[in-house]
Amino acid sequence: MNDPLPWLILFLPLLAAVLIALFLQGKPRLSALVSVGAVVVSFILSLDLLAQFLGGAMLSAKFNWLRVGHLTIDFALRFDALSLLMVLIVTGVGAVIHIYSVGYMKGDPGYPRFFGCMSLFTFSMLGVVLSGNFFQMFIFWELVGVCSYLLIGFWHRRPAAADAAKKAFLTNRLGDFGFFTGIILVWSMAGTMDFIRVREEMMRNPELFDAAATGVGLLIFCGAVGKSAQFPLHVWLPDAMEGPTPVSALIHAATMVAAGVYMICRVFFIFNVPALQIIAWIGGLTALMAGLIAVQQDDIKRILAYSTLSQLGYMVMAVGLGEPPAAMFHLGTHAFFKALLFLAAGSVIHGMSHEQDIWKMGRLKERMPLTFWTFLAGALALCGLWPFSGFFSKDAILALACEKSPTLFAVGIFVAFLTTFYMFRLILVVFFNRSKSDAAGHAHESPLIMVVPLFVLAAASIFGGFFGIEQFLAPQFAPAPEAASFFIKAAGFGFAAFAAGAVTAFALYFKAQSDPLPAQMQWTCGLLRHKFYFDEIYAELIDLTQESLAKAANALDFVLKLVIRALHGTAELTGRALRLAQTGNLQTYTLLFAAGIAVVLYFMLLH
Amino acid sequence: MNTIPILSILTVIPLAGGGAALLASGQSKTSRSIAFGASLLSLAVAAAAWAMFDSGRGGAQYVERLAWAPSLGIEYHLGVDGLGLLMVLLSALLAPFAMLASWEIGPNRNLYFALILFLEAGLFGTFTALNFFHWFIYWEMGLIPAFFLIKLWGGPRRTRAANQFLIYTLAGSVAMLLAFLALYAATGLFDFEELARLARNGGLDSALFAKLGGSFFKSRETLATVVFFGVFLGFAVKAPLMPFHTWLPSAYTEAPAGTSMLLTGAMSKMGVYGLLRILLPLFPGQMRAMQTPLLCLAVATIVFSAAAALAQRDLKRMVAYSSINHVGYCLLGIFAVVRITGDAGTGSADRAAALNGVMLQMFNHGLTAAALFYFVGLIEMRGGGLRGLDDFGGLRKVAPVFCGLMGITLFASLGLPGLNGFVGEFLIFKGVLPLAGWAAAASTLGLLITAIFLLTILQRVFSGPLPSRWSGWKDLTSGERLTLAPVMALMLLLGTCPQILMRVANPAALALSKLF
Repeated sequence: MNDPLPWLILFLPLLAAVLIALFLQGKPRLSALVSVGAVVVSFILSLDLLAQFLGGAMLSAKFNWLRVGHLTIDFALRFDALSLLMVLIVTGVGAVIHIYSVGYMKGDPGYPRFFGCMSLFTFSMLGVVLSGNFFQMFIFWELVGVCSYLLIGFWHRRPAAADAAKKAFLTNRLGDFGFFTGIILVWSMAGTMDFIRVREEMMRNPELFDAAATGVGLLIFCGAVGKSAQFPLHVWLPDAMEGPTPVSALIHAATMVAAGVYMICRVFFIFNVPALQIIAWIGGLTALMAGLIAVQQDDIKRILAYSTLSQLGYMVMAVGLGEPPAAMFHLGTHAFFKALLFLAAGSVIHGMSHEQDIWKMGRLKERMPLTFWTFLAGALALCGLWPFSGFFSKDAILALACEKSPTLFAVGIFVAFLTTFYMFRLILVVFFNRSKSDAAGHAHESPLIMVVPLFVLAAASIFGGFFGIEQFLAPQFAPAPEAASFFIKAAGFGFAAFAAGAVTAFALYFKAQSDPLPAQMQWTCGLLRHKFYFDEIYAELIDLTQESLAKAANALDFVLKLVIRALHGTAELTGRALRLAQTGNLQTYTLLFAAGIAVVLYFMLLH
Repeated sequence: MNTIPILSILTVIPLAGGGAALLASGQSKTSRSIAFGASLLSLAVAAAAWAMFDSGRGGAQYVERLAWAPSLGIEYHLGVDGLGLLMVLLSALLAPFAMLASWEIGPNRNLYFALILFLEAGLFGTFTALNFFHWFIYWEMGLIPAFFLIKLWGGPRRTRAANQFLIYTLAGSVAMLLAFLALYAATGLFDFEELARLARNGGLDSALFAKLGGSFFKSRETLATVVFFGVFLGFAVKAPLMPFHTWLPSAYTEAPAGTSMLLTGAMSKMGVYGLLRILLPLFPGQMRAMQTPLLCLAVATIVFSAAAALAQRDLKRMVAYSSINHVGYCLLGIFAVVRITGDAGTGSADRAAALNGVMLQMFNHGLTAAALFYFVGLIEMRGGGLRGLDDFGGLRKVAPVFCGLMGITLFASLGLPGLNGFVGEFLIFKGVLPLAGWAAAASTLGLLITAIFLLTILQRVFSGPLPSRWSGWKDLTSGERLTLAPVMALMLLLGTCPQILMRVANPAALALSKLF
């Protein structure tokens, strides 16, 4: 099918990136225009595609990309409910963030570079979403990793940013090796990498992966662990906040980290029961751990980063519990409110002249009312208060957990409590309590081009729950039995958690000038402040491995050199020894000659 | 089939060009232009051969056969299949690139450029000859110019490095020569294709034993294995395979940038090429018997060279070790295809994938590694001889284009999808994982370490604060940009459309995979 529409959606952002890289380096305004224009047009085109899809049109596009042996690999775009939803999120939320960046990044010397990278990122992300096979997905998957590398390290003169970029890329790559191996195993065993055909093969032959089924599933899941920053590879995401705030919103809230969740939804059919169980527990564990850590962070972006981790944990848990639509639902609403929270936080940071410590802020409600109200809307959506969008999606996941696993349900409820607690802590300290620095006194509301996007996202965060994303997706997956009574139970518990969290936060932080918790719970808070010491432990481990490997390599080379020296030495010694015989003295030669004759005669006569 | 002896022409052009460049002594600019023109001309011929290549069939094309000394089994026999053609094109691409990298090289410029051309002729000859006799001449012919290029224009420790390089490779060559003389004594054949046919029928081992067996070599297997090792050693040193690699870091490091580019880009491929063209078809049984130790060595090559690169503090040495690492994936792929798996059908698909991957990797690594050495050469030139990892920093601010292009090259080297390095590595792993899972799994460690040290280079050299002494650092000049433009374009093109190479590689890979 040669419909140009799908290709346009994918390649417009790439075109923008190429144009900016080659021709628009010195033209900030034009580069922003091209970049924003590309993503907005992509969004409009995807709306058109959605209309076609709802009208019953079957869309796909592909061409033959590579022939290996007797096998071929296609480059295929795939449009179904799942990918369309994701395309809309990426281009829609992406467009809003692009527009916001026009204001936020104003005056930065790397302005065109920034927009070039953003466009490239949008392209890569769309590539992941639209991929019709594993191979193609992996290609774009890695490109997403590179784009995040470029954007996190955007302020490259700051060593911390360069470190964070490297860390993000390498941590992701670690997970990707699992993904890579998993893909190769799938290709070897199923003989194809096409999603639909792998699924057909598995249906035809349920024993396809045999004993390796769990392993294959978990290897594929490794990719998601890296990209969606699940335990134990979660360490890169908080550091990635070194990038400019719109980057945090785009990559580390709304889209890139969503790629992992999207991927495991896309290939959901490949996971068997044990693999799903492990996935669910990893998700639950991540949600819990990140929620705990967020309670004791002081950097406004880091709090949001850990809350992202925690919410991603929910989504992964939902997939593990066998319900991808619920995960995608939460992914969608989360994209709205987390992008909103990050952009609002960016607005705060912008107003505070790049201060990020919440204890240096205060009373910003008066100085930045628009930012405050939109932030509040995002926060309430994140906490899952009815009727904000987060309520519906979180409730769906909690109901699911309630039905499948009581332990995970308890974890989910506790995390909901934590979420409310740290978000109210943030709001109280930043927007209400007395200001603690000059910067807070001089804070100013952000320009319109930054505030309008906030309103758009706030509207989506408030009403996003009513669209029935889950129902839209459900036909693609096996229909799940509805259990309305559990919804009520889950909602009840959820509300209790919300109330408890809010009350605790008020009790502790209303009018607080500093954090009272560390004094009361020294040991626990230390543990949380240091993020359970993951970074330190990993650094130690890496140093140890690196050092021992390097030492081993050096030792090996040294031994080999010794062996070669020995060979060399033997040859040289032999030569020198023989040289002694060459005296140039005729008498010596005669003597030796005579001795030789004597020896020969001796042997000839006596034997 | 075709009347124009295109492969002979290809080899003669650099030889004649080199001679002319030498004769124009005293006028270094003229001789440089002659040399560069000759290299461009051979590139054009190689491109023509590429364009006319019939990718529908395996086996050698552009065959030329002339009786030379029939009584001795010596024949002038040329021909290229997809593998040979890939290597010819790679050498033809790298020679002008390497010349541009050494454009302003110091004294005796005409000799330098003539030697590069002789080296190129040696490469062409090696990749096209199908009879051992003149193949071996070319094989050695590549060595001598390389020795002088290192010895005369190299860094401060050049003499030692050049001697080490020469003696080491020569030792390998001698072993190979002896082995081939044994083969000749047993069969009276020097022709690769005929030897391979004999080997396929199982006649090679028995012929060897019938002729040379006796009191010393008690069994057929021992004798064949000894001969196998002789040939193997020659290739293992050249590629190199650990533990035969110790000559490489100093040779690559001491050689001038242009020479390093040719050494790593094309000469290291001679070893891999030999393994594919000669060792696999002639000694499949021995390779199969040795598979486990060989695979272990390949894995060690991959992992240890990556770790060694991580431990280096000299950019050039890092790139040299990373080169060993990348060639290691080729070796891994080759050693894995001899394994027998239970399922014949998928086994042959995996073999084809691995061999395709090996060929792609050979070409793409040649391109990327040469570009990396080019960049390191530029850094060294601008840094007044400094090339330590910690000598620089923040250069991105003053040299954004430099940083961008070198960044692309580094990412290509670490196998980023969308750039040229990825597809080859992917296919190698795709083939090796089902054939020898443990080896593939262990080798992924090498991939990870590679990513670490390549990103470390990018970070240490280009990010962070800019030291004041480098504030006058020049970004790429327009000449340098022009030099790099085709290379960069190729990296992107081959990354996005690998089918361009696969078209030629696939028939050759399929033919090779049928050996097993």
